[in-house]
Amino acid sequence: MASLVIAEHDNKTLKDSTAKVVTAAGQVGGPVHILVAGQGCDAVAQAASKLAGVEKVLVADDALYAKMVAETMETLILSLADKYDALLAPATTNGKNYMPRVAAKLDVPQVSEILSVVSADTFVRPIYAGNALATVQAPAGKKVITVRTTTFKPAGEGGSAAIEKVSAAADPGLSKFVGEELSKSERPELTSAKIIISGGRGMQSGENFHMLDAIADKLHAAVGASRAAVDAGFVPNDYQVGQTGKVVAPDLYIAVGISGAIQHLAGMKDSKVIAAINKDEEAPIFQVADYGLVADLFKAIPEMNEELTKLGY
Amino acid sequence: MKVLVPVKRVIDYNVKVRVKPDQTGVDLANVKMSMNPFDEISVEEAVRLKEKGKATEVIAVSIGPAQASETLRTALAMGADRGILVKTDGEVEPLAVAKILKAICDAEQPTLVITGKQAIDDDSNQTGQMLAALLGWPQGTFAHKLELGDASAQIEREIDGGLQTVEVKLPAVMTVDLRLNEPRYASLPNIMKAKKKPIDEKSPSDYGVDVTPRLKTLKVTEPEKRKAGVKVKTVAELLDKLKNEAGVI
Repeated sequence: MASLVIAEHDNKTLKDSTAKVVTAAGQVGGPVHILVAGQGCDAVAQAASKLAGVEKVLVADDALYAKMVAETMETLILSLADKYDALLAPATTNGKNYMPRVAAKLDVPQVSEILSVVSADTFVRPIYAGNALATVQAPAGKKVITVRTTTFKPAGEGGSAAIEKVSAAADPGLSKFVGEELSKSERPELTSAKIIISGGRGMQSGENFHMLDAIADKLHAAVGASRAAVDAGFVPNDYQVGQTGKVVAPDLYIAVGISGAIQHLAGMKDSKVIAAINKDEEAPIFQVADYGLVADLFKAIPEMNEELTKLGY
Repeated sequence: MKVLVPVKRVIDYNVKVRVKPDQTGVDLANVKMSMNPFDEISVEEAVRLKEKGKATEVIAVSIGPAQASETLRTALAMGADRGILVKTDGEVEPLAVAKILKAICDAEQPTLVITGKQAIDDDSNQTGQMLAALLGWPQGTFAHKLELGDASAQIEREIDGGLQTVEVKLPAVMTVDLRLNEPRYASLPNIMKAKKKPIDEKSPSDYGVDVTPRLKTLKVTEPEKRKAGVKVKTVAELLDKLKNEAGVI
């Protein structure tokens, strides 16, 4: 039997996390299908059909799914679940929201935030904020899985899956979307950025974060923050990288004025290269950084900006 | 209206976790245990609803070993009215916890269940959603702000990329994120008072729930450690290394 991947998208573009879950689903085994649930999401379905290794794309295009509200996603996924051995979603706030409802209704345990697939029923997942890794075996029956997308490579393009419409499931009528306030930014999203520059308490104010913006614009990087910087009110919460924020693994992570609390490290220690700028040479961030610069960030960051200009960025 | 608050006893968030050499789990012997930090926020929110006159009773529930009664006493000292301790040995998976909580909800008929978005030990992030599904109730997960009406509630949620508001019919389950409120410290008089508040002792079989784990943990290992790299002296040297040695800019 097959695996069903639930697509992450905003009705216009298919998110990179979907391509990564497709990779995980391929490792679980069987043909891979994708469910695109949304409203006016043709472009997303088209993009999904081009992913390598995908056999079929199911599209549920209905106002009910415009914002992927958990209660309506539950009934939709359950209406399709019979045909699948495994149901997989990215461990985004959407996936985390609807997937446990599906597992509970199927009376199976959910395997949360898998980091790797050992075999069709055995997975590695982080516990204690990634300070330990558990290898768990799911019981016989359907597998319900959320995937931590930082550790899987995205499936490439080159597929030409059939697109099939599926009808909307019953509306449970329990909840409705009221509104949203999304951070507007021209920069890449934290979870998919190749380069991230993050500020900590050492930034001292929200105003000072604009210094990082300048560098981010040059490097096409996303701007992040430690929990300390968020709690101090410098930047909104969706900037937060760490155990209680976003888990990221970019090619380059630049930590500026971040001491390196365990909770922050939990969110970025899988980055390929870590650079740290901190004036305290004893700061724990230096224990995980590939390149450490002991310096006052208020001198180093403007200097970095100038040097990058000189280098042609 | 009643508010039900499930609370979990977990390893204290300040403790550095150690994996046991035999790879069967993490070492919990002689380690400080506390209430799951997210659950403290749930208790605080429930107590505030009572102080505002919106809730009539706050019931704290813990599923765990005998010592979980200490976690319940903490909730009672913060202002919960009574506790229910469902005694178990060993780990209880989110689905089993959700089934026990469903049975308690059937008996107690709360209007709102408020729980942490995840426990900081197994990091599953499942229980609240599973409970909502089993009850056929709506959910507001990762709550940032709650506005409680008579028949519905507006819940502002922390999502990837910003905030989202949903309206849920009551009864409902809400799971809380860090910025919903700042939990209080229990005062000494309240700690003394909490000792006299009732805690009902139950077992999973009272609710007809089998708590045998269904996921099998084959092993628990330590993640690969990152090694410290080199110190550079100047910004120019840093950029040179990033560009020419690491090739990441």
